[in-house]
Amino acid sequence: MTFIARTRSGLVDGLLHSSRAFLVGTAIIASSMTFLSTTDAQAQKVLRVGNDGEPQSMDPHFISTVQTSRISDDMFLGLLTYGPDGEPVAGAAESWDVSEDGKTYTFKIRDHTWSDGVPVTAQDFIAGWERLLAPETGAEYASLLYIIEGAEDINSGKEGAKLGANALDDKTLEVKLTAPAPYFLAQLTHQTAFAIPRHTIEKFGRDWVKAENIVVNGPYKLEEWVPNVHSKLVKNDAFYDAANVAIDEVVYYNYEDLTAMQNRFRAGELDVTRMIASEQISWLKDNMADSLRIAPYAGIYYVAIRTNKEPFGDVRIRKALSLAINREAITDSVLKTGEIPAYSFVPPGTGNYGEPSYVSWKDQSYADNLAEAKKLLAEAGYGPDKPLKFTLRYNTQENNKRFAIAAQNMWKQIGVEAELFNAEGKIHFADLKVGDFELARAGWIADYNDAQNFLFLGETRTGPLNYAAFNNARFDELMLAAEQESDLKSRATLMQQAEAVMMEEQPYIPIFYYVSKQLVSPKIEGWIDNAPDRHLTRWLDLKN
Amino acid sequence: MILYAFRRLMIAIPTLFIVITVAFFMMRAAPGGPFDQERVLPPEIERNIKAAYDLDKPLVEQYVIYLGKILRGDFGPSIKIRDFTVAELIMAGAPASIQLGLSAIVLALVFGVGLGTYAALHQNTKTDFAVMGVAMVGIAVPNFVMAPLLSLIFGVYLSLLPTAGWGGGDLKYKILPIIALALPQVAYIARLTRGSMVEVLHSNYIRTARAKGLRERLVVIRHAIRGALLPVVSYLGPATAAVMTGSVVIESIFGAPGIGTYFVKAALNRDYPLVMGVVIVYAVLIIFLNFLVDMVYGLLDPKLKTQ
Repeated sequence: MTFIARTRSGLVDGLLHSSRAFLVGTAIIASSMTFLSTTDAQAQKVLRVGNDGEPQSMDPHFISTVQTSRISDDMFLGLLTYGPDGEPVAGAAESWDVSEDGKTYTFKIRDHTWSDGVPVTAQDFIAGWERLLAPETGAEYASLLYIIEGAEDINSGKEGAKLGANALDDKTLEVKLTAPAPYFLAQLTHQTAFAIPRHTIEKFGRDWVKAENIVVNGPYKLEEWVPNVHSKLVKNDAFYDAANVAIDEVVYYNYEDLTAMQNRFRAGELDVTRMIASEQISWLKDNMADSLRIAPYAGIYYVAIRTNKEPFGDVRIRKALSLAINREAITDSVLKTGEIPAYSFVPPGTGNYGEPSYVSWKDQSYADNLAEAKKLLAEAGYGPDKPLKFTLRYNTQENNKRFAIAAQNMWKQIGVEAELFNAEGKIHFADLKVGDFELARAGWIADYNDAQNFLFLGETRTGPLNYAAFNNARFDELMLAAEQESDLKSRATLMQQAEAVMMEEQPYIPIFYYVSKQLVSPKIEGWIDNAPDRHLTRWLDLKN
Repeated sequence: MILYAFRRLMIAIPTLFIVITVAFFMMRAAPGGPFDQERVLPPEIERNIKAAYDLDKPLVEQYVIYLGKILRGDFGPSIKIRDFTVAELIMAGAPASIQLGLSAIVLALVFGVGLGTYAALHQNTKTDFAVMGVAMVGIAVPNFVMAPLLSLIFGVYLSLLPTAGWGGGDLKYKILPIIALALPQVAYIARLTRGSMVEVLHSNYIRTARAKGLRERLVVIRHAIRGALLPVVSYLGPATAAVMTGSVVIESIFGAPGIGTYFVKAALNRDYPLVMGVVIVYAVLIIFLNFLVDMVYGLLDPKLKTQ
């Protein structure tokens, strides 16, 4: 109570002294609080994770948020799974072969069972994929498996379409792809590619995911899900590698209020927070340096320019707008939340790639950039007498607003008048989809660790997700060639050439690469920062 | 009285129907849909999903289907929290919301009426100013400031209570959310009580009571409070409905279960069935509590009773 005593005002003092009842009440509350503050003894190893969002579903086919996939990654084991460092490692498949042309994969399924003892078979994987792709399922992420032969046709409802996946026997699965896709193995770690327990789904239908019905093939099993509060998982003793799983129970607490989540961490009630309140980063750096983890994350924050709207078809204008953005000022002075200035579309460290193709003027001074931008604008017919005017749209969020205001002022230096317009996320992205914008803020987090998963956003065939409506024959050609290339090195070179085209054309202005920001208690062992930001509980341990 | 009650109940049905209709169409008029997000869906997938949720049918047909379903007590599945039906989500959150809300309103009533009466009896003294000053602060400081402050002071600095969480519903987890919910209500009720008490204390029937030689304590308890409580009672109807349907601030800061979050999150997510579900619950509660208030009014106010 000392804190309160110190902050009491004279006015409040008067009230406290004059009210006997209040004093008695305070005494009762204070004594009961002391009684209540005793903590429960913990016999088991329980990992308490602050998760920045409510899960959507425990059914892998209806998961599209990273907050939910953290939970499903603990429950289900894909053919491949994330290793301790986020890299794909053998999961439900113990080994695999790839054909010469890179288009046929043969997996040997590990001898393991569902949590109810029923063996996991190759058919369980095929059934899972067929369910995901069936149009009536309405799975948001079905397109992730389109690389498998026949997948897109099935999902589009084409009659007679057949999936290119065969069970050669219970433990051998053969998969045929439409193109040699080295990222296919990484894709298999994704929840869309998980097997499903056919016998449980047949028995319980939609309710198979309820805690009392669900069966899993991963290290943890759902014990309870209290909406709005937490999802509790307990160790699955039937897991093939259960002997090496140290943590007995993991509880994911849903938190959208990041400050509240942080307070719980500070009070020792959480061991991990998967996000931090960015505005408090300096305080965290000063006071909780041993817990704060900031690491590159496979994602890009960018501004899309609608290239089919005049005058944005003109590359000189797009390039001028990009040149005028002082990225270092945005990350270091405006946002100050640890992000990394971006001069390429593919973040450095992305899989199957090597060094990204940066904009040619990456190392030029900002003053030179401004001068060049002004020159380009003048060439395009814009200047003090005829300023370029447009609207920059963003979805309502504090950091987006700070970025937009900064960008507006940076463009002002080259005589450009940008108006800002913000809308709630749903409206913003609905407008982006139909191309109802001139310039707009957007972002992309990779689904799997491969450069193709960034660059495809610039392909004409990508459709509505190509926000810029970028239509460049050379770029499309290079991406198509990369898709058909089975040699990893040559494929990377083709994609780097494609990215170079994109960086020269600037349909997307890269602003910064995302970073993962979290608090991890020093008690936790086995936590390795990694770009996909995957930290499966099975690899972690808690020191006493 | 019974006839009056029956009439009021009869009006409730069309009122509810209008609320449902307006909410349904307003929700659909809002731009953007449940599947508009940072990651745009390929057209064929969007088509599949819309069909799965009947969202591809004409709006009027969807409305008729929806009305038919709710008449059968089926609120449908949530679009965004797919493993639960709307009814399950509401049933899972409502007990906590009701518990927290009712506790808060009882606390607010006891302290609010107590403090308000005390201030009125000491009108224009230091005590009066102190109580009303604090009440003013209570009204002015929003919940989203008060709640983290309480959590920081009692949870982080003093380590007396958990900063947040639900712990299966242990009392210690409920104390801070209840206090945070009650504080603004205490303040508001205290001001209301003081205002009407001051007015009542100057009325003729109180003067008569005093003239009869009744002791001041009896004058207040037997005569004044009844009259002074009338505005508080009419405030209690909507206030109780509001706190019992949860609070997005309290739930998200204290990590407590409840249905308050759904009012905001479901609307932002365009989770149509869930929005409709919570709107209906809220409307029914408001209608019911207002009805209750009218009944209590009749009991408290002798003038109404004779009419």
